[in-house]
Amino acid sequence: MEIEKESLVLSRQFEKVNAILRKYSHNVDNLIAILQEIQSEYRYLPEEILTYVATALQVSPAHVYGVATFYAQFSLEPKGEHIIRVCDGTACHVKGSAQILKAVRENLGLREGENTTSDLMFTVETVACIGACALAPALMVDEEVYGQMDEEKVQQLVDHLLGEGEKVDAV
Amino acid sequence: MNEKIAKKAVVVDGQEIILNGEKNILEVAKKANIEIPTFCYHSDLSVYGACRMCLVEVEGRGLMPACSTSPEAGMVIKTTTSRVLQARRMIVEFYLANHERDCTVCERNLNCRLQAIAASLGIDEVRFGEREEKLPRDTSTFSLVRDPNRCILCGDCVRACKEIENIGIYDFTQRGSQTKVEPAFGKKLSEVECVYCGQCSVRCPTGALVVKSEVNSAWEAVLDSDLMVVAQIAPAVRVAIGEAFGLPPGEITTGKIVAALKKIGFDRVYDTAFSADLTVIEEAEEFFRRLQKGERLPQFTSCCPSWVIYAERNYPFYLENLSSARSPQQMFGSVIKNFIYEAENTPREKIVSVSIMPCTAKKFEARRPEFIHDEIPDVDIVLTAQETIRMIKTANIDFKELDPLPFDVPLGAGSGAGVIFGVTGGVTEAVLRYAYERLTGQELKEVEFKGVRGMDSTREAEVDFGGRKVKVAIVHGLANAQKLVKDMRSGERYYDFVEVMNCPGGCIGGGGMPLEYPDYQEVLRRRAEGLYNADRLSVVRKAQDNPSIKFLYEKWLKEANSEIAEHHLHTYYYSRRRISDEMIRIQEAKSAQKVDIAVCVGTSCYLKGSYDLLQELLELTKEYGVEDRVSVGATFCLERCTEGPNIRINEEVFSGISKDNLRQIFEEAVLSKLVAETH
Amino acid sequence: MRFENREQLEKYIIELKNKNGKKKVLICGGLGCLAKGAEEVLDTFRKVIEREKVEAEVEKLEESPHLVKTGCMGLCEAGPLVRIEPEGILYLRVKPEDVEEIVDKSLKEGEVVERLVYQEKVNGEVHYWPHLKDVPFYRKQVKIALRNCGSIDPQNLDEYLARDGYLALAQVLNEKTPDEVIEEITKSGLRGRGGGGFPTGRKWQFARVVKADKKYIICNGDEGDPGAFMDRSVMEGDPHSILEGMAIAGYAIGAQEGYIYVRTEYPLAVKHLRKAIEDAERAGFLGDNILGSDFSFRIIVREGAGAFVCGEETALIASIEGKRGMPNPRPPYPAYRGLWGKPTVINNVETLTNVPIIMLRGVDWFRSFGTASSAGTKTFALAGKIKNTGLVEVPMGVTLRDLIFGIGGGIQDDKKFKAVQIGGPSGGCLTERHLDLPIDYDSLSGAGAIMGSGGLVVLDEDTCIPEVARFFMNFTQNESCGKCVPCREGTKHMLGLLQKVVKGEASTSDLELLEETAQVVRDSSLCGLGKTAPNPVLTTLFYFRDEYLDHVVHKVCPAHICQAMKEYRIDPEKCRACAKCARVCPVSCISGRPRVPYVIDQEKCTKCGACFEACPFDSIIVEWRKKEDE
Repeated sequence: MEIEKESLVLSRQFEKVNAILRKYSHNVDNLIAILQEIQSEYRYLPEEILTYVATALQVSPAHVYGVATFYAQFSLEPKGEHIIRVCDGTACHVKGSAQILKAVRENLGLREGENTTSDLMFTVETVACIGACALAPALMVDEEVYGQMDEEKVQQLVDHLLGEGEKVDAV
Repeated sequence: MNEKIAKKAVVVDGQEIILNGEKNILEVAKKANIEIPTFCYHSDLSVYGACRMCLVEVEGRGLMPACSTSPEAGMVIKTTTSRVLQARRMIVEFYLANHERDCTVCERNLNCRLQAIAASLGIDEVRFGEREEKLPRDTSTFSLVRDPNRCILCGDCVRACKEIENIGIYDFTQRGSQTKVEPAFGKKLSEVECVYCGQCSVRCPTGALVVKSEVNSAWEAVLDSDLMVVAQIAPAVRVAIGEAFGLPPGEITTGKIVAALKKIGFDRVYDTAFSADLTVIEEAEEFFRRLQKGERLPQFTSCCPSWVIYAERNYPFYLENLSSARSPQQMFGSVIKNFIYEAENTPREKIVSVSIMPCTAKKFEARRPEFIHDEIPDVDIVLTAQETIRMIKTANIDFKELDPLPFDVPLGAGSGAGVIFGVTGGVTEAVLRYAYERLTGQELKEVEFKGVRGMDSTREAEVDFGGRKVKVAIVHGLANAQKLVKDMRSGERYYDFVEVMNCPGGCIGGGGMPLEYPDYQEVLRRRAEGLYNADRLSVVRKAQDNPSIKFLYEKWLKEANSEIAEHHLHTYYYSRRRISDEMIRIQEAKSAQKVDIAVCVGTSCYLKGSYDLLQELLELTKEYGVEDRVSVGATFCLERCTEGPNIRINEEVFSGISKDNLRQIFEEAVLSKLVAETH
Repeated sequence: MRFENREQLEKYIIELKNKNGKKKVLICGGLGCLAKGAEEVLDTFRKVIEREKVEAEVEKLEESPHLVKTGCMGLCEAGPLVRIEPEGILYLRVKPEDVEEIVDKSLKEGEVVERLVYQEKVNGEVHYWPHLKDVPFYRKQVKIALRNCGSIDPQNLDEYLARDGYLALAQVLNEKTPDEVIEEITKSGLRGRGGGGFPTGRKWQFARVVKADKKYIICNGDEGDPGAFMDRSVMEGDPHSILEGMAIAGYAIGAQEGYIYVRTEYPLAVKHLRKAIEDAERAGFLGDNILGSDFSFRIIVREGAGAFVCGEETALIASIEGKRGMPNPRPPYPAYRGLWGKPTVINNVETLTNVPIIMLRGVDWFRSFGTASSAGTKTFALAGKIKNTGLVEVPMGVTLRDLIFGIGGGIQDDKKFKAVQIGGPSGGCLTERHLDLPIDYDSLSGAGAIMGSGGLVVLDEDTCIPEVARFFMNFTQNESCGKCVPCREGTKHMLGLLQKVVKGEASTSDLELLEETAQVVRDSSLCGLGKTAPNPVLTTLFYFRDEYLDHVVHKVCPAHICQAMKEYRIDPEKCRACAKCARVCPVSCISGRPRVPYVIDQEKCTKCGACFEACPFDSIIVEWRKKEDE
């Protein structure tokens, strides 16, 4: 079962890359949109796929690599299945987002320099502003926003995410 | 009556300058005798505007970059105000704070833009600390050394490789203060599509990109009395070496160079223009044969190693069209190692052949396996003009004052035709001088073919070869060559003979030539003029009139394209991988006994539909129920580009795969292995 | 349904308006309210209403509308927000448990549930404001850009049409030439709301006169200022107004194509915009021969990929072209040579959303709001230490005092006002002396600040100003594209110096260097990001130099924020010399002997707090360092 699943995933992914290239007419002007869709398929941008995209778009691999490393959204390292984005915008910062970030990382057991848990389930990032300033300090788990966080709520949230606790209210 | 002349003028530091189509304030300031400093501005590259050295104060508008601001009538410009000076000084401090400052051990010591500007500003302290990060240097190629610790992120190399070469091996990566300039994925130069031309290092203002030096090997050789060291001097070099010793660009210093080399300890000094004459004859005769048979046309010149390697990687369909003649450097090397040594009564192992070249790619060319026999290369050491200058300085020679010496016999000098090889259009003109007499049987009185001269990126001419009209094209700058090839492939243009030079201006603009600021285009023009003057000053101006050439054919080669000539003076080409080994995993076999299939998705195969074949292959594995025993991946080049689409099954490469033969090959080469393994 | 001409549209709009008047329950679907559980409230309403079968609006258009999920209503502090129309009652902090009561009282009986309305303490008495138009937060606001936000379902074209949607476009295409449109916009005095304040009409004129085979309109939805969410609200809550504005702009300059560049961090905005474009195309407001004219226009949404610098015009263009978002020197300006080398007008979301209403109501109407130099209104996102955080829109010329204390409700916990950061990381600080400054482009620039995009962060006495400057510099440094040296290196060094300041390691010469560096970066950077990055530093140095000197000379943080300015001391009375503290100290700065109280070496102490955790006798005192004369 596992063999089939992995193979299916791999070949489906590569097919998707070509479908994406076709969708954007192999036009290098659409490079950013192409990379965005590839990243949502693979959860990151693998080096050999980027080289393939360069070949298919007839540009140098350095150009594609340069674009992929410029934008914060793109990751060349595998990301976790769930992305936790702690907002560090002005309002959140002023209300203590640094402590929230620390609490999230500690609760997930992340060491210094590590941003993704070893089981590839969670990646923790900071974002500049998610526009939830009225709920500062705020964070997002995938698309869901959790506001007015404090250390206790963070612990509850992480427990829940690790499957060890009950669902936490968004606020 | 007073005539009021409407004039469009600006004021620069109090001086009125009348505008005359200058495209930016830099050019206007030059007319006021002000040389505004820049790092990222090159008149032949796109404007970048990021180094901020060229800021000037424009009344009413604040500080503006002189390189990208067009002058407008009425502008009052000041190039040195307190705001400008404060900014310029601090910006240089910024540069220095992030730069490896051990200048005394840097290749560009005393010849570096950053040093020059810092000195002119009188920077005496850097208030922002020192560079802490230490990144590894890239010495992976024969031709260039990249030191990211000295990079000031001006982007000149990025733009040079993108715009002049249209390859683009460098780009800016990361963002903000993490920004770097590097090849894709931080790879080494030898792992990406670098053609070793060195145009990047010509533009680099610091020691971040420099020529890889073989000077130490050269010293070892000349100081070893046991060895006979033989040098050949390329045409382009003779009009540029003087620049390092206070002489103007274009001044012909051939004799002085010979004298300097002799002083340093070279035993023999020859003229590459001689083997250029050889190239003229060998290549022209080859061309006539092709014209007669009407095959393998168009013929492309092959003396430019960057062009050759680019063609090997990207134009598999033209490999048959490249002239089989070796470059003058390699022809000479072959002559030295296969002929001269006998005349010199020296064993082959004791001769060291050194070439003095304007070109960094020649260092790569000399190491091509086709040019090495019994582990002895035809050309042992390649010294660029820059390295030669270094040796002359190390030997404390007062170059300017040297009395010129002639080349050695018997292969002493080349003709004027050979000399003009160093400028774009030179090879073509040299060939035309030979072709005319050879095909018409008449003497050529007017040897200068002005129609193929000039700096336009692509030039064309039509010549009448004894009734047959022949179209020739001359192109310089690899990006321009690519455009030309594209047009030729699409049928829009056709030529019988094409001269391709990678470097703008031809070899006079090569990666190993002395570095010049600020007006590089002017320098190229003067060097070109110098070569044409050298041609005019030559007694012999056509390859066929060169007595040394006649001598060589008589004594050795017999005739052009003879068997001996083919063996020693001609070569062959092959498809090369563009990018290093990478695989995209598409299906993974899990059982221990498995078959690995790699489908090539490099450009050539991709364009021939290899992706669809890949899909069909996956279907086949499903159909035969062997998905768990067959791994399928996509790879980037199996180096059989002319025969694609290609697939590799275990270690064997199969070419010419199509929908028609895929199933059969699958059954024969894949299934059979699996059946065998189950037994 | 597809509209072939103006008459058809006008007729349809009249029909829609006649249908209105039914009872509606509007639930705010802005991000703030969503995060506080607005979906659940909406669901509960739906269930209860179905159960009760009361005549309230539901989301589906086919049935008579009852329940509407709208865009942001603005009072984010007090979400989830629910409005009852046509009475105009506003309920705050609505929980699912409250729904039954609201349905009973407000929908059935037409009464007010007092405990859920806006309350204000005036002279000790609590005052209730049940009607939105009277609520102090809303009273002084004038909603022009936000006219539809919070009142319509943004994914429903009919609701936009019912408010004269696309009528302006129809009129323009039928009655006005492009030059006339530009003339009107110019006369209206509309200025770029993205922060620059450049006269919109003039920008359009530049692009209009250039001869080119293609021209473009770009809507800049890359609202990257942390603390700003005005554009987000419009994109999510009233996407059609942007499309209409872009179409009118396209007509004016002669463009056939428009792009909306939205931050990828705004997925809801992307979704709503894409749906709106689909609906508009189907209805004939976008595409070929719009409303029977020979004007064709299409709009494409492009997502950013996480780069604040892409809010800068030339970087934005580079990003749409698929490149690194690095700016280019200007001139040449985008209006002359922009996207793919063609004349391009880039306007901010708020600027564009103003365009249809100006064309519809006229120049005089628009100019009746605001000041002579700055006509119209401006949206602001109030955040920070303010009671009413949220989204507001006021006429230009309103004072800071009105905004912060009137609409904003004053400082949280009634603390003391210290400063307001306006314009985000590119903006400056304004202090108490500026509270009566009218907010318009010229007055602000006169005070050395910029309007910015509208993010307003209020700082109180508990905010440490150098730390705020460090925070903004950290942001800018992260977002610097790295192309030009002053910004790339200069902001890095400025950040380093500011870090020294907040760590108590800076000297006065560091402060001088900081100021000089800030000036050079401002003077010599290539783009707006670099040029304005030093603003927070320069303005705070100007207005709060004393606080900087406290940090630098006295190593004191008056706001008690900078951890390095704490002092750890051992109380000799309590210390039992057990040496537990000395053992855990990572820098071995605690010394002592048995039976003699231990002492912490202040020079070496890193304020890690380990000793404090370790001491079993509570003998470690943690105090904020004071100045000698205190």
